[in-house]
Amino acid sequence: MATTTPNEVPGDTPGTRAPLVLGKPTFSTVTEDVSAIAESKPTPKYLLGLMLAASILLVMVGSLAKLVTTGVGVWGLDNTVFWAWDITGFVFWIGIGHAGTLISAILFLFRQKWRTSINRAAEAMTIFAVMAAGIYPAFHVGRVWFLYWVFPVPNQMSIWPNFKSPLLWDVFAVSTYATVSILFWYMGLVPDLATIRDRAKTRLRYIIYGILSLGWRGSHRGWLHYEKAYLILAGLSTPLVLSVHTVVSFDFATSVIPGWHTTIFPPYFVAGAIFSGFAMVITLMIVARKVLGLEHLITIRHLENMCKIILATGSMVGYAYGIEFFIAWYGGVEYERFAFLNRAFGPYKWAYWSMVSCNVIFPQLFWFKKVRTSIPAMFALSIVVNIGMWFERFVIIVTSLHRDYLPSSWTYFTPSIWDISLFCGTFGLFLTMFLLFCKYLPVIANSEVKGVMPQANPHPEHHDEEAHAHG
Amino acid sequence: MADSSHDAHEDKPVLPEPENGDVWGMMGMFDTPADLYHACEELRDAGYKGLDAMTPFPVHGLEKALGLSPTRLPFFVLAGGATGLTGGVLLTWYCNWDYPLNIAGKVPFSWQVYIPIYFELTVLFSALTCFFVTWGLCKLPTFFHPTMRHKSFPRSTDDGFFVTIDATDPKYDADDTRRLLEKLGAKEVQEVHS
Repeated sequence: MATTTPNEVPGDTPGTRAPLVLGKPTFSTVTEDVSAIAESKPTPKYLLGLMLAASILLVMVGSLAKLVTTGVGVWGLDNTVFWAWDITGFVFWIGIGHAGTLISAILFLFRQKWRTSINRAAEAMTIFAVMAAGIYPAFHVGRVWFLYWVFPVPNQMSIWPNFKSPLLWDVFAVSTYATVSILFWYMGLVPDLATIRDRAKTRLRYIIYGILSLGWRGSHRGWLHYEKAYLILAGLSTPLVLSVHTVVSFDFATSVIPGWHTTIFPPYFVAGAIFSGFAMVITLMIVARKVLGLEHLITIRHLENMCKIILATGSMVGYAYGIEFFIAWYGGVEYERFAFLNRAFGPYKWAYWSMVSCNVIFPQLFWFKKVRTSIPAMFALSIVVNIGMWFERFVIIVTSLHRDYLPSSWTYFTPSIWDISLFCGTFGLFLTMFLLFCKYLPVIANSEVKGVMPQANPHPEHHDEEAHAHG
Repeated sequence: MADSSHDAHEDKPVLPEPENGDVWGMMGMFDTPADLYHACEELRDAGYKGLDAMTPFPVHGLEKALGLSPTRLPFFVLAGGATGLTGGVLLTWYCNWDYPLNIAGKVPFSWQVYIPIYFELTVLFSALTCFFVTWGLCKLPTFFHPTMRHKSFPRSTDDGFFVTIDATDPKYDADDTRRLLEKLGAKEVQEVHS
């Protein structure tokens, strides 16, 4: 994975910026490079990968079948630890989703043009991560066939959901997030689907991509509405993405459990979500750019920028870990103090210190440019970060619960095989969806990448370094 | 992957010219956004009103060269968001009036607790409005548009920069318009039929 093409520029050099698209591509070579992926026949390697992912997906289906037919008792939960791997998995996946929206919306509003070659795949990742996350609350209700009770559906008993519960806020936040992410993603896809339609060689592809692209033809009157719509959706998604993990953190923060009842949770959760999400984007992009031959579009500069965001958010998370301890001491509540001392030095100290080293210590290596621009190093670190972020949720949830106010109900949570198989299975869902996406849809925002190429500038005499993308 | 994308278009089915369709308008193609921009300015200054462009990506500022007015989309989105917010207030009010739940001694309609619901519903309705109204304003979805009859239409989503002039434009004249387009450097000038 460490091979670099000769024209690869290692990141930014002071004064001049590394170009966003390497080599000397024309508009048509970009079209070709991006669209050819969705047009070529699946290779045996791809099919093998897809089958592997689908087998892991089957593990998820089997685990859910066992869960539904038997009940949530198949998990390792007990009276004290009533939330464990299920909610950990939910928060883990929802957090991963956040990077996609951050890249597509927040970086768009900040006019960060480097987002263009990674936003499509990151948005797809968001949607698949939210799907994986949604599995948990849906099945954790126990009787999944009554899941619709979480929505305010009129019924003969005139019973309505409890709008004062953060769990119901979660229903609204996550379902809005899933809907808006899909709309935003699809809206971005339409011009690129039209490109694939116009390159179609068979009638079937022409019809399928023709319908998916809604008949888009790049009319400038259309682009005017489209660009405004894209800006508005970015503007809506930005507070939305911050609200989603805030509401997720309310699930804990509005309770009275020591270790959960803290006001720092919303910003701390949002920073952690972005942190883990970018790590997942790096993991996926390093593999995808290599396998799909997109090294000139997803460059070292893109990866390095993401490493910088990981470093920043990782440090924020580290700060939050520290301040939690300070407040536990400064607040003077003995239960709160106990919860935190128990977290760091109690029976789960192995989990706590794994979390600290993965999330706070190792990402500090990204201060070194050598590490930020080394593909094997960032690949390894991105996986370390995601392991650390899983531990973070596990530590917050389980260590705060397992030693209750009454020492007689203290327990030590051990996951059952079904906890483990369901969590592993959600990776199958995520990877299967991602592999299908890579094969059948444009993985790079074709029209947006063209928009940031130097020759896209209609006023070349002004010598803009990069042409303006979108409005 | 090395072959040029133009080869890909060669065996592409081109929509046939209709026997006696109405003239929709004239199309001309340019190779660069700068050439297109310049041509659009000239056409606008020559008095053409029914101008549009077809480009693989939004060419920055082209609406000025085409003399187009800004989109009305934000007003629709505002209305959508207001509907979402109002709907959220009515929903929480009605549900808590119909089935009051005493949670932590709060009054049934504790609007402060419902702010997350209001926020999410405002965003949801704004986004749905934005999405659907955009396609409505773009007159999409559609299976067909006369511009798709141009023999190089597929390049409009690849690397071709088209200017289109509507035949309903009072200044439109098959010969004059063609001559002006060719003078401005347009390639493959073609009159298309609906």
